[in-house]
Order: sequence, then C-alpha cells, then structure tokens
Amino acid sequence: MAGNPEPPARRAVRAAMVLAAAAIAAFGLVAVVHEGTRDQIAATQRAHELARFDQVLAGRPRDNDLLADAVTLRDAELLGTAGTITAYRARLHGEPVAVILEPVATDGYSGAIHLLIAVAPDGTVLGVRTVSHHETPGLGDFIDTRRSGWIQQFAGKSLRNPAAARWRVRKDGGDFDQFTGATITSRAVVGTVGRTLEFFARHRDELLGDELPAAPATIQP
Amino acid sequence: MTPAAILRAGFRDQNPGLVQLLGLCPLLAVSTSLGSGLGLGLATLAVLVASSGLVSLAGRSLPAEIRIAVFVLLIAALVTSVELALAAWLPGLHAALGIFLPLIVTNCLVLARAEAFASRQPVGSALLDGFAMGGGFLVVLVALGSVREVLGRGSLGGDLHLLLGIDTSTYGLHLFSEQHGFLLALLPPGAFILLGLGLAWRQARRAGTAASTMSTTVIGSKTGGITS
Repeated sequence: MAGNPEPPARRAVRAAMVLAAAAIAAFGLVAVVHEGTRDQIAATQRAHELARFDQVLAGRPRDNDLLADAVTLRDAELLGTAGTITAYRARLHGEPVAVILEPVATDGYSGAIHLLIAVAPDGTVLGVRTVSHHETPGLGDFIDTRRSGWIQQFAGKSLRNPAAARWRVRKDGGDFDQFTGATITSRAVVGTVGRTLEFFARHRDELLGDELPAAPATIQP
Repeated sequence: MTPAAILRAGFRDQNPGLVQLLGLCPLLAVSTSLGSGLGLGLATLAVLVASSGLVSLAGRSLPAEIRIAVFVLLIAALVTSVELALAAWLPGLHAALGIFLPLIVTNCLVLARAEAFASRQPVGSALLDGFAMGGGFLVVLVALGSVREVLGRGSLGGDLHLLLGIDTSTYGLHLFSEQHGFLLALLPPGAFILLGLGLAWRQARRAGTAASTMSTTVIGSKTGGITS
C-alpha cells in the first residue's frame, strides 16, 4: 500500500477493529436466523421422527405422545452401542402396543447401520426400517425401502418364528435370505434384529413399563 | 463489463463447472440425481448472490490484510443461515445434501467470485455476476445429476419431492426399474467420467467454432485446484 500515510501500528489496529466488526455482524446474522428457525427446526425434527415411528408401527393404533414416553436402557453386548439406548413406548388407552428401539448394526460392510425396530408386547416384530447406512450404493443399499422390500420380511417374525438359532442368513444355516453380493450387510441386519429381540425378551418388563398386558406371553430364547 | 458479458461469462465462457472447474467436490459428490443437484445448485446460487452483494458493499473499504478473512466470515454466516433455513423448512433436502451444505463455505467458487470480481465491482454488477456464476454452476449440477439419475436409477426427478417438502415419491419420470440401472453412473468414478465427457464435448464445440488453443491452457492451469 504505497502512499498510505498511516503508521503501521494504527493500520493494524484499524484492521483488527474492522475484522472484529465483521465478526460481530456475522455472529449477529447467524444469531437472528438461529432464533428465527429454532422452533421450526424442533417441530420439523419431531414430525420427522414421528413419521419414521409410524412407518415401523405398521398401522398399530396409538394415542400417547411417543416421544415423551421413553425409557433409557443400557446393554452394549446386544444392541451394538457402547452407551445407553432409548426405547419409545406406543400405547393405546394406557396399554403398551409396541416398543420402538433404535439398535445399531456395527458389523456391516461399511460403517454403522442405524435401524429402527418396533416390537409388539408378545415379542413379534411389527416393522424394521433402516434409518441411515453407508453400505455400497447398488449392492448394500437394498436394506433401504426405497431400493427393495428386503427389510420388510422381518414383520411378523419373533424368536419363536423362526427359532432363535435360525436368526441367520441362509448361507449361515438360518432362515433369512441374503442379498446376492452383499452377504455381510444381510448378516449384520439379520443378526442385529435377532439380538434386538433377545434384548427385548431380556428387558421386557423394564421396556413395557408399569402397565403390563393381561396375559404376558412367554418367550423361549 | 456489460450485463450481457457477465451473464455470458457465468453461463458459458467462464462456466464454473465446465471451464473454471471450481467447486468440483460438491459438483461430483452431490449430482447423483436431478433433485439433489437442483437443491445444492439453488443453495449455492443463493449464497453466491448474497455474498457477492455484501462483498461488493464492504469490499473496497476493507484493509487488504483482512479482506479475505472478512469474506470468509461473511460467507460462513450466509451458509449457516441457509443451512438453518433448510433444516427448518425442507428437512428432506437438508438430509439429502448432508455435509455438502455446510461445505458450501469451502467451495472455492464463492470465495473466488468475492475476491476476483465482487470486491472490485459495483453492487449491481456483483449481484449479476453472483447470479450468472451460481446459475452456470446450477446448470452443470442439474445436467450431470439428470444424466446420472437416468443412467443409474432409470428415473428422472424421482426425488424432486425433497425440494417441495412433501414426502411422497410420485414425482418424476420412471423409465426402467432401478435394479437395471447402470451402477457406475451413481458412484464417484462415474461422476468423473461423465464430467470428463462434458468437458470433452465443450472442448470439441469450442475447437469447432474458434480455432484456438486458449481453452486447453485455461483448463490445464486450473486442474491443480481440484481439491476444493
């Protein structure tokens, strides 16, 4: 900057002040937008979450506030997450009609596969959906309902149908079809759904809360 | 520069996607469908127009030492605002674009236009340049997204519902079943190959109209900046 009469020190101070003013202006803009969108984002996320829950509930009627009726449990061995897991209870007239769990399959081909599973009080799967995954496009993404109906085969299954020992892909001697070329992904999802049912059987009373159904079904592991 | 020259530069002669090769990372990563290409294109366009306008207003009074720092701050604030707005009103699109939405901050196209054009031009020209460059980028994103979606999924516009905020998949054109799609088109190598074909097509057209080696040197000198 030839021809600038300003001494270097003053120039530096002025530059710093301009930069600080720009930082405050940028911060102000983000703060205003954040304030203006915060409630909308919370409502959108809530609606999004409930829409996902309704998919796995497969039309089971419920009348409670799902997101408020949650219980937090810990079982790293079965659910594939190191920390705690939140289960949501769907109820009709106070009676539990389903428990929604969000297990994570950590043994997929590429990263964690986040699942959403609804289990009826008698241990039957109502529905399973993949929430997010990083499996290979075109090979491992058949677990997404937009690509194939593979994941819908779990509906109606329980640890008695088929027996717990047959909760494997056919290649491993089980009852579930693997997807050609993506056995690892198939194995991870089948195994995680099976373990989630075991988890449900093991923690059934805590999961269903205080109000148990009239005739508790026995679960043979 | 006349308005017509600015528009011509953005959409054709200096097109960010096909000539300057700026912002290749989001261009190749997100253009897997018409819907997501259009979504990121519109978000980038909005940021580029706003940043060009603000930079033009502030640019000439800024001390040279901090000019780029101020531009980055402005751009980051604008991108964050766009991201929050999308999360609030178009959550499906927000989820589909994922990390590439906040990464508009690092799209060198935005900073390049701020530094090279908007900071030296009057507000009107700067806004028009932001629109032309963002529009040029949008056109390439949409074209690449459309070709990849048709080849890879057998549909066109199948996820446009993300842009409308309605969660149904009754939109778009379905040509053949997704199982018969050409998988390579959806994977990153397919994006490179198709963009390469686009560049070749453009080069062939230029070579046909003007017997000049200019464009080859322009492209050759810019490919070093692909990492953005």
